[in-house]
Amino acid sequence: MQELVTYGWWVFAIRWLHVLSGVMWIGLLWYFNFVQTPSMPKIPEAQRGAVTGFIAPTALFWFRWGAMSTIITGLIVAYMSGFLVGAIKLGIGDHDPHTTAIGFGMWLGTIMWFNVWFIIWPNQKKVLGIVAAEPDARRKAGRIAGLASRTNTMLSIPMLYAMVSAGRPFY
Amino acid sequence: MGNPLDSLGTTIFLGFVLTVVLVLLIHAIA
Repeated sequence: MQELVTYGWWVFAIRWLHVLSGVMWIGLLWYFNFVQTPSMPKIPEAQRGAVTGFIAPTALFWFRWGAMSTIITGLIVAYMSGFLVGAIKLGIGDHDPHTTAIGFGMWLGTIMWFNVWFIIWPNQKKVLGIVAAEPDARRKAGRIAGLASRTNTMLSIPMLYAMVSAGRPFY
Repeated sequence: MGNPLDSLGTTIFLGFVLTVVLVLLIHAIA
C-alpha cells in the first residue's frame, strides 16, 4: 500500500492551510472594500456604532491573523519545495517562468501583508478608538487605512494571477 | 483632488492593468 503521510503530503497540507488562510484574509479584504466601506455612508448615524464597535473589530482580527497565517504557511511551502530563495530573486537567471511567477506573487503578498500589519491595523486602531486619537488624527488615520486597503484590493488581482498560474503551469 | 483608489471600479481596473504588466514582466524575465 502506498504511504499516505509523505513529505509531499505535508507540503500539500501546508499549501492547503495556506489557501484556507488566504481565503480568510482576502475574503475579509474584499468584504471591507466591496461591502462595509461603501455601505457606511448609507447607514444612519445612530446605527454605525454596530459596525465600528462590533463587526469591524472582529473582522479586523480574522483579517490580520489570516494575513499572518497566509505568509507563514506560504514561506514554509516555498522552503519545503526548495524554491524560496529562487522565488525571492524572481527567478532571474533561472529561466523558469514558474519561479518568476510565484516570486512576483510572494513579493506582492508580502507588500500586502506589510500593509495589513504596519499601515492598516495601526491606523484602524485610531479609527475604532482602540488607541486614543484627536478627531483630526482619527480622520487622517481613516484616510490612510482606507487607501492602503484599496491598494491591497488592487494588488490582490495580479497577486492571485501570479500565485494561481504558478501552481498549475501553463507557461 | 481625489485619489484614483477612491473609486472601487478604478481600483479593480488598475488591478487588471497591473496584471497585464505582470504577465509581460514574467515573460521578459523568464
